[in-house]
Amino acid sequence: MEANTRDTGRLPAAFLTPGSSSFMDFLAGHQPDMLPGNRQLPPTQGVIEAPHGTTIVAVTFPGGVVLAGDRRATMGNVIAQRDIEKVFPADEYSAVGIAGTAGLAVEMVKLFQLELEHFEKVEGAQLSLEGKANRLSTMIRSNLGMAMQGLAVVPLFAGYDLDRRKGRIFSYDVTGGRSDEQAGFAATGSGSLFARGSMKKLYREDLTEEQATTLVVQALYDAADDDSATGGPDMARRIFPIVTVITEDGFRRLTDQESSQIARSVLDRRLEEPDGPRAALL
Amino acid sequence: MSTPFYVSPQQAMADRAEYARKGIARGRSLVVLQYADGIVFVGENPSRALHKFSEIYDRIGFAAAGKYNEYENLRIGGVRYADLRGYTYDRGDVTARGLANVYAQTLGTIFSSAGEKPYEVELVVAEVGETPEGDQIYRLPHDGSIVDEHGSVAVGGNAEQISSYLDQRHREGMTLAEALKLAVQALSRDTSGSEREIPAERLEVAVLDRTRPQRRKFRRITGPRLERLLAGGGEGGAAATDAGKGEDPEDASEE
Repeated sequence: MEANTRDTGRLPAAFLTPGSSSFMDFLAGHQPDMLPGNRQLPPTQGVIEAPHGTTIVAVTFPGGVVLAGDRRATMGNVIAQRDIEKVFPADEYSAVGIAGTAGLAVEMVKLFQLELEHFEKVEGAQLSLEGKANRLSTMIRSNLGMAMQGLAVVPLFAGYDLDRRKGRIFSYDVTGGRSDEQAGFAATGSGSLFARGSMKKLYREDLTEEQATTLVVQALYDAADDDSATGGPDMARRIFPIVTVITEDGFRRLTDQESSQIARSVLDRRLEEPDGPRAALL
Repeated sequence: MSTPFYVSPQQAMADRAEYARKGIARGRSLVVLQYADGIVFVGENPSRALHKFSEIYDRIGFAAAGKYNEYENLRIGGVRYADLRGYTYDRGDVTARGLANVYAQTLGTIFSSAGEKPYEVELVVAEVGETPEGDQIYRLPHDGSIVDEHGSVAVGGNAEQISSYLDQRHREGMTLAEALKLAVQALSRDTSGSEREIPAERLEVAVLDRTRPQRRKFRRITGPRLERLLAGGGEGGAAATDAGKGEDPEDASEE
């Protein structure tokens, strides 16, 4: 006699099927409609207006990596939110910063965090950093349909590689293409061009953690200087960039006080030199 | 054509229960105890990789005695249940009570369906609260019943004897070191009442520590840290020292 698995309240078969350690695979089998990639958007005219997150920057230093983001979300020419948070811990040793459609991006991060945690609990071991980066790739790719209608999500992923004992940065394109940033710095979002230019001139390989956190704030300042969609430090409202550091000791988000101090010192220097520190000509 | 023997329902159930109990009794016992800062899981386990205790969700831990493949399946089912629930609603909406109910339904259905072999497992689902009063411990025997436990609980082969030993000696507000020592004493008494030594490397220990700053309160205690706790009887501040950010280095690599 076959047990009735519908009306007894017991766990459905999908829950007890051994094999997969991936939460997304489980969801695809059990409740596919809950996966963001399976949603079909009706064809629309023009671009859908939704808040967009803007600039994320990352810098490696010996011993770890820094990931930071500004606090602005825009919708067309309107500032949709002044204090949005766009940098999240993915797990103990990695973080993800998001640029693009804020609503979809936040959901993607939530699912990504869960995917890593689920694997860790089922397997009893963490995914490798490469493995994590690949999972994120798959998630971005599954959003391609939405991206083609103007709702793209392009994150920046940074983490401490416990095997290679160093911080690493992965950047993505809208199709899920992933690149391991060897240069030591990377940026994404509307202000990324300006931020990258700034970092190119300021970056060196022997930065300390403190210098690296200052560098990302400088880069975000330069991005805000030239890109209207990127927010600079807001002294009046006390809104400062989110700066996170990942080292061997794990993920740490700088407190508001720490990040305001960095922002203040950058700002103080800019009152004298509005364009920021100058690099040597030759 | 042969006529099947008539077996009364009482007899059929009693046979199944006996079958399951015998299977569980073959496994080693484990104990779950409340202490001042949380809930500690202690068991004898020669394997480093095949765990008896694991994390289900932020505040929820899982312990099982019996047949490995069966409880491992239930464990993964529980992780999927909890993660799906947390993803659908909110992390705060995942509770030990809900999980224990689902386990009870699953075990109960399997136990009473004639077509399936009863599971030879006994589970404990524990949730650590903000205060000791908020702690919840549920014991789930093979037949799908739920027992709401307080203070201490033992499951597995020698459970009754160990439980009564623990009941007499366990008190509220023990430190982690005290609770751990009591658990090891209880586990090292065999059926005849004499004691044997369980070396630290054969112990599997995990805690749900409410003082942990992270959202996820579950952590394993292994290696030097475990030896320190077992040796240092006066380590009353053990629970307090692991609350801060400066955790043991082995803790970081382990998670």
